[in-house]
Amino acid sequence: MEIKPILTALRRHKAGTVLIAMQIALTLAIVCNALFIIQQRVSHLSEPTGIDENDIYVVNNEWAGKASTAQLDASTRADLAALRQLPGVQDATPSNSYPLRGGGWDDGIRLRPDQTADVTGSTIYFGDDHFVDTLGLRLVAGRNFRADEIGSMEVRERLGAPQVLVTRALADKLFPGESALGKSIYIAGNQTTIVGVVELLQAQSVARWASKFAYRAVILPKRLISAGGGFYIVRAKPGQLEAAMRATPEALNRINPRRVLDEHDGVLSFAEVRARAYEGDRGMAVLMGVISLVLLAITAAGIVGLTSFWVGQRRRQIGVRRALGATRQDILQYFMTENLLISCGGVGLGVVLAIAMNLWLVTRFEMHRLSMDYVLSGVLLLLLLGQGAVLAPAIRASKVSPVEATRSV
Amino acid sequence: MFSYYLELALRSLRRNKVLTGLMVVAIALGIGACMTTLTVLHVLSGDPIPAKSARLFYPQLDPQDMDGYREGEEPPEQVTWIDGMNLLKAKRARHQALMTGGAVPVQPAQANVDPFFSDSRYTTADFFGMFDAPFLYGQGWGEADDDSKARVVVITRKLNEKLFGGKDSRGEVVRLKDTPFRVVGVLDDWRPNPHFYDLNVGNYTESEEVFVPLSTSRDLTLPRNGSTDCWGRGGGNDGDHMENATCVWMQFWIELESPADAAAYKAFLENYSREQKTLGRFQRPVNVRLRNVTEWLDQEKVVPNDVRLQSWLAVGFLLVCLVNTVGLMLAKFLRRAGELGVRRALGASKREIFKQLLTEAGVVGLAGGVCGLLLAFLGLWLVRQQPADYASLARLDLAMLGATFVLAVGSSVAAGLLPAWRACQVAPALQLKSQ
Repeated sequence: MEIKPILTALRRHKAGTVLIAMQIALTLAIVCNALFIIQQRVSHLSEPTGIDENDIYVVNNEWAGKASTAQLDASTRADLAALRQLPGVQDATPSNSYPLRGGGWDDGIRLRPDQTADVTGSTIYFGDDHFVDTLGLRLVAGRNFRADEIGSMEVRERLGAPQVLVTRALADKLFPGESALGKSIYIAGNQTTIVGVVELLQAQSVARWASKFAYRAVILPKRLISAGGGFYIVRAKPGQLEAAMRATPEALNRINPRRVLDEHDGVLSFAEVRARAYEGDRGMAVLMGVISLVLLAITAAGIVGLTSFWVGQRRRQIGVRRALGATRQDILQYFMTENLLISCGGVGLGVVLAIAMNLWLVTRFEMHRLSMDYVLSGVLLLLLLGQGAVLAPAIRASKVSPVEATRSV
Repeated sequence: MFSYYLELALRSLRRNKVLTGLMVVAIALGIGACMTTLTVLHVLSGDPIPAKSARLFYPQLDPQDMDGYREGEEPPEQVTWIDGMNLLKAKRARHQALMTGGAVPVQPAQANVDPFFSDSRYTTADFFGMFDAPFLYGQGWGEADDDSKARVVVITRKLNEKLFGGKDSRGEVVRLKDTPFRVVGVLDDWRPNPHFYDLNVGNYTESEEVFVPLSTSRDLTLPRNGSTDCWGRGGGNDGDHMENATCVWMQFWIELESPADAAAYKAFLENYSREQKTLGRFQRPVNVRLRNVTEWLDQEKVVPNDVRLQSWLAVGFLLVCLVNTVGLMLAKFLRRAGELGVRRALGASKREIFKQLLTEAGVVGLAGGVCGLLLAFLGLWLVRQQPADYASLARLDLAMLGATFVLAVGSSVAAGLLPAWRACQVAPALQLKSQ
């Protein structure tokens, strides 16, 4: 195929050529970045919590009325006993928070009391000896809490406990290359000893502020008592999640009605917790997907429209070429090649635009750098789109009969 | 002449329905996406209190110890009880209020209504006057009530309807956490957006339903919501006494006579910090900020990044749609070179041809704008179905409605400029010859 006559012809359609190329370039820039955002959001979505999500639900218990700390602790224990006796329930633990909740307690960890800066931040979880089993955590070293180690702690008391469990991510950060078991760490200035290490447990939030200590967590053997209330994390027996959730409010209100279990948020399955935590990310990914698709459709339609116009305009020339011996194949190839040339120009500009746009997003929105895979797949996608879009008008052009050459003269 | 051009435009647009449809759809999609995201951005970056946002200031101090000190860092976003009280008592501004958020169990008198939690604000008396909170009945409490830890409460219209059927409930009693409170005022509908005076409870959260004097809330240790940042001994071991804690957990707002008084107040804050440093309470170098409402909202980056990103994306989207429309219009206009040649030969000037073609572009823009507006309504409805706390705010106001039309017609006329100009350049003789 000769390229030179095509280029000469294009020079006579500068405006149209430039417009298609520009549209392709802009589409490429936006689609590349949109795909990249989708990928980032989706990979965020698939980060594991480390817990057995299928059978777990969370009770958000808010106390009404006045009560002393001792009374609240007694009520908490009575609630837990009642929950554990429910027919559909396997186990339950009190806690101050849970993964994907969106907020909670975090604190700095130090290795010596005289250190002036924290080694790392860490999520602070409270739980009793049922915490590990209820959440389905895997102990990779050491032991679980013993029942006699569990105490209660008023929310304003200073944070601390003689023994703690830590996640492996925290253990590796604090004691790289050695066992963390039996080691001392300092939380809020209080010394404590690591008695066990769990494999994986995510922070309470997946927002950016918590990303610095995403999987670093400490579990303290305490029931955290707050006048406002707290959470019970409950594990249902396999397949009995819904029944257990339904039975929960009544069972709790029977032993103590001076509480509020919110209609919407009082009892939440973990599936719901997960959906809520990520709805922003999912929404963004869907939106980016829709925008990319619509953009590609519009660009394709634009190519079809403009090429159709060119074909209509050149019917006579096509007829002349056909009369002079060009085959249908030649005509088809002419338009396909023409589109490929324009697309290549557009894509070349588009790559530059895509990278520029990404750099701007990096500075403005703390995005990551665009990987070249996305640019390359975007380039391929748009070249194919262009060829696909031009196919119909090009076939129509190839069907122009040689007689056209004589007709209108 | 215009009506003739309009008729010509409609006829020409009808002649090629697919191409016309494609142009209208492209503009409509671009406009719809743009208006949806820009409306959300417009609503979210609005001024919550336009009459006073330049005169309301949020003082910040740095009362922390040297532990983890790094030069040039921002001071904490809230104040301690001690500093808040000192600044409040100093009365250096026209109005000042110290506050924090919470949630209280409300126990209705009716036996058939279960107790429920309401978001609450614990504040000193100036709050209502300073923030122009509108009263339906009664008024806020006075300074004397702050001093005497009075059991008084201001509730919102919504809560008043729930508890008292919407009547003038002044003097009625509400039980909050087992304590009877006397209603002194009922607020009319009021929802400043963003929730600027306390962003810790949510940037676009609804206003609280229960307002109680700060001193009373501390006396009864009503449950608190929001953020608490501690250092040093932190909350310490002395239980309920957040008053002595080395923690920031309160918001302090002031209203000045005019923005020009800010420099004097800032000097006062610096003096106060130096004084506290001499007393040994503060350890870090003097580090104060005094931002007005707008500056404070900018500093806290309240408008979600995703919303900004979406707006930029929508603008890019509109740009592609416009380039697309320019291309299609170019094709359409040039295809009619013959017709335009005849008109030119019959005496129409280039100018008249240009006007005729721009009219056609304007019609396409108008049609695209109307469809785009419908799409924007649909888009905003979709946004309102989202669970984000700003979702319910996403509505098109009159200004944005006007902007939509200007944007739609303006951009499609702009898109018509190049094709119309190109079509005007057609030499009439050449066209007539080839017919």
